[in-house]
Amino acid sequence: MSLVRRGRWITLVALVLLAGVYVRALAFTPIERLQGPAQKIFYLHVPAAIWTEAAMILVGLAGIFFLFLGDPRLDRFAEASAEVGTVFATIVLTTGPIWGKPIWGTWWTWDARLTSTLFLFFLYLGYLLVRGAVRDPGLRARYAAVLGICGMCLVPFIHLSVYLFRTLHPQPIILKPSGPSLPDSMLVTWLFSLLAFTLLYVGFVTQRYAVSLARDARETAAAQHG
Amino acid sequence: MAELLRQAWAVARKDLVLELRTRTALVSAVVFTALVLTLFNFGRDPTAVPTLDLAPTVLWVTFTFAAMLTLNRAFQLELENQALEGLLVSPLSRTSLYWGKLIANLAFVAVVEAVGLPLFVLFFNVSVSRVLLPLVGVIALATLGFVAVGTLFSALVIRTRFAELLLLVILLPFLLPPLIGAVQVTARLLAGRPLSESVGYLKLLAAYDIVFVSLASFLFRFTVDE
Repeated sequence: MSLVRRGRWITLVALVLLAGVYVRALAFTPIERLQGPAQKIFYLHVPAAIWTEAAMILVGLAGIFFLFLGDPRLDRFAEASAEVGTVFATIVLTTGPIWGKPIWGTWWTWDARLTSTLFLFFLYLGYLLVRGAVRDPGLRARYAAVLGICGMCLVPFIHLSVYLFRTLHPQPIILKPSGPSLPDSMLVTWLFSLLAFTLLYVGFVTQRYAVSLARDARETAAAQHG
Repeated sequence: MAELLRQAWAVARKDLVLELRTRTALVSAVVFTALVLTLFNFGRDPTAVPTLDLAPTVLWVTFTFAAMLTLNRAFQLELENQALEGLLVSPLSRTSLYWGKLIANLAFVAVVEAVGLPLFVLFFNVSVSRVLLPLVGVIALATLGFVAVGTLFSALVIRTRFAELLLLVILLPFLLPPLIGAVQVTARLLAGRPLSESVGYLKLLAAYDIVFVSLASFLFRFTVDE
């Protein structure tokens, strides 16, 4: 099976799972006592947020290995991961305000957590812009790797400034040292959604990787024919 | 190490001599700082917002924007007559080239800040005499971090299209942690709070400096080589 078809199948499975997450979250998971139905968005928002940050870290790791090994596959993966990360950041930045309006009474607030996600989104855009601004493939890969590594190192600093800044945003209730503090039925729905988003990430990246592969093949062919 | 510093100083000295003879960039940056501070004064309503609430933001936005203007010139000027190739074939190590550029940039930004701070005190009527020493310390700490990243990125963008604009786009997300830290500490200092209240932010600034100075020193070689 070709790479792009494999990616399509994974994405399809992920989308079916995501539909399952909707059904389970809306019909089979209890409504949160204080936030009411608005809390349902948590099942989309948090997995997307986790993958937004994970994608940036993977871009950075791919960058480190690229600088040492010079393998173009790593560069293609970084490119794919950055684009998918941008999409996930968009999901986080869209679902967040939809939840914020009924709960906080405002679409947007200059809270540290929101600001840092927005800046992560800008970081992704800057990364993709640099990729677009360099013609030479070798140079492009190297510049992108340098920027990706710096971006990866910026993520913990953004997190640190979150904890120092006073924040309106709910504190983490799953990924915290004392363990998750929510009912099992909600946790199961959430884990189910995390799985769907993980597959979605893999599916998108695989398809995007195939596109880069085709582009590189075309560029090589064009270079050979002069 | 001594050799590294000696080479770095040679590069920095070259840049500083060049700038002292023409003075274009430095004078422009200083005039720009004065203009921005003047404009900020008209962009607020002094009867509605107390000056002290706005002062740290005004100070730091001015400093970061002026710094970004001076960062552009560091490598742009080496493009003329292929001076960069000359530097790269000379027996300089890449790290000392980076450090030299970093030292020169820090000197420029320091001059801009040294002119900007008294103007800020004059225009906004804030008293800094009691906190001058810690304030200068915070300025130095925050400046080192973002100039280190900025020097690396200015080398990265020179061979791209729209270099000046691209530098701003990729550098601004990286300014967030130093800017948050610097503004918070400055606000506390100007309000007469003890320095011990800002320990968290000072640690953040110091950690940012350590991580990004070492990271940029290491990654720099990948941005200049052909």
